[in-house]
Amino acid sequence: MNLALKDIRHGLFRFVLTCFGLGLLMTVVLAMIGIYNGLVSDALAVVKAPVADVWVVEAGTKGPFAEASSIPADTRDAVARMPGVAEAGAVNYQNVEAFHAGRTLRIYVVGYEPGRPGGPQAIAEGRGIGASHFELVADRKTGLLPGETIRFGRKRFTVVGLVEGAMNSGGDPAVYVTLADAMALQTELDPAAQRVQAARGAVSVKSASVAAVIARMAPGADVDLLTATVRQWKHLAAMTQAEQEELLLVSVVDKARRQIGLFLGILLSVSAVVIALIIYTMTMEKLKQIATLKLIGAPDRTIVALIVQQALILGASGWAIGLMLILSVKDYFPRRVVLEPFNVMVLAGIIAAVCLLSSALGVRAAMKVDPATALGS
Amino acid sequence: MALGDILIEVSNVAKHFGEGETRVDALRAVDLAVRAGEVIALLGPSGSGKTTLLNIIGCILAPSAGRVVLDGEPVFDGRWLRRDLRRLRLDKIGFIFQAHNLLPFLTAEENVAVVLDLAGLHAEEGRVRARELLDYLEVGHRAKVKPALLSGGEAQRVAIARALANRPRIILADEPTAALDGARAGLVMDLMRKLAVEQEACIVTVTHDEKIFDRFDRLIHLRDGRLADA
Repeated sequence: MNLALKDIRHGLFRFVLTCFGLGLLMTVVLAMIGIYNGLVSDALAVVKAPVADVWVVEAGTKGPFAEASSIPADTRDAVARMPGVAEAGAVNYQNVEAFHAGRTLRIYVVGYEPGRPGGPQAIAEGRGIGASHFELVADRKTGLLPGETIRFGRKRFTVVGLVEGAMNSGGDPAVYVTLADAMALQTELDPAAQRVQAARGAVSVKSASVAAVIARMAPGADVDLLTATVRQWKHLAAMTQAEQEELLLVSVVDKARRQIGLFLGILLSVSAVVIALIIYTMTMEKLKQIATLKLIGAPDRTIVALIVQQALILGASGWAIGLMLILSVKDYFPRRVVLEPFNVMVLAGIIAAVCLLSSALGVRAAMKVDPATALGS
Repeated sequence: MALGDILIEVSNVAKHFGEGETRVDALRAVDLAVRAGEVIALLGPSGSGKTTLLNIIGCILAPSAGRVVLDGEPVFDGRWLRRDLRRLRLDKIGFIFQAHNLLPFLTAEENVAVVLDLAGLHAEEGRVRARELLDYLEVGHRAKVKPALLSGGEAQRVAIARALANRPRIILADEPTAALDGARAGLVMDLMRKLAVEQEACIVTVTHDEKIFDRFDRLIHLRDGRLADA
């Protein structure tokens, strides 16, 4: 006879409510884990997207994400000719605000050379950029649809394809345009300003610069040799993909990551205390019944099983409810909530450990109960 | 009625709580023997030591001095662990409480069967035995009902069924009829006596209920921790 299940069934409504309350708490914990993962994942998305081996940026900078970087556009040719480089492409990054369908969109514009590294890896819908100008591929989170147009600066671009998961470390969705369009967007003056400059007789000297050049290595080529060679040029610096990812995490998202990490720690501590209180209270309410069980000869293991099984059922139910809730609402968060199976299982382990520890408190109280308590009242 | 073997033998038992100035002597040199088939009552004013004696016989409380033998086995002689005493209670002693103390999350039938389950009886056998007992005590029709929905008399009969489920030879009852009216109290005592005789058990009852004094073989009076009269 399983006394734990019988007791749960007896007060089912109350137990379900308790589980639901715990489930809501677990939803918040899982949401924070997801937000934490999302922050890291978003921050790395833009670095990982080009599938690069080496980033060549302006000397003395930590560009192009941690700080601004500007190098001559023809650096790409120089890098592409270096030993071990399979292909290279110049890229440009900038944030713009554009008005579309009655709302302002904050967009991360990635300029790349079609056919070279730096563009989107997989098109989810539509096609990639096929024309030299005024076409773009947008992340689905922009809300743009293939065939729609949107104005950036003085030019109107047509959406030809959609990608997923492309954004900058701030969570702004990305659009891909040609490098030429991106450079024009960055440097072209407003017509009125152009007229003023022309009236003053100023000669426009446009230096073609890009934010970075990314290189993919041939199989077996030495990445460290390439970066060492590039660093010999006074105006350039080079980082491996791993260094760029580390730099982004350390310099750009570190504070936010630590903030959320600390909050997550506090939240887990609060959850542990709440679980412990619930289980301890549940046990305290049963002390008379536990005394009766002792009096009629129930061994300690029967009483321990009653408490521990209920604690584990409570924890498992709360975890499952929390998981179901977060999975059903995570897509409504403005920023990505990324839940890995590993995180979910680790939380399950933590909850199981907390439940066992909490039930130990209850078991201790139950073991102290004098069976005589059941008599004489 | 023919009486059988001695089931409870209490010799020179004393029990005190606290030491020095706070010492309270609850029992002083109590001797008592109860035979199979015998139904006795422990009487006395509050604080006279009735419940302490009941707890010692029930292996809940260890005596400070003296010897206790239950169904031929000396207990509290230093050989018994707490879990062994609990097992002894399960095998040999049945308890009936003033407040029936049925487990609220079990049905009447399960409340009886749980004792058999703890004793290691197969679930189905336990259920059949529980049902037989409830039928015998005329509460079989309430077998699937939770204690909260039973009347006082029904709940007390279920509690009796639970106390008798494992066929204990010693039945200890603490004010078993306090919550019942005179007629029902008499019926319950008659029932307990009948079962005690059938199971060759003895019954020790703590009571203040004068209406049922005539149902006992002996009335044991306790005063200030001593036997006043037997």
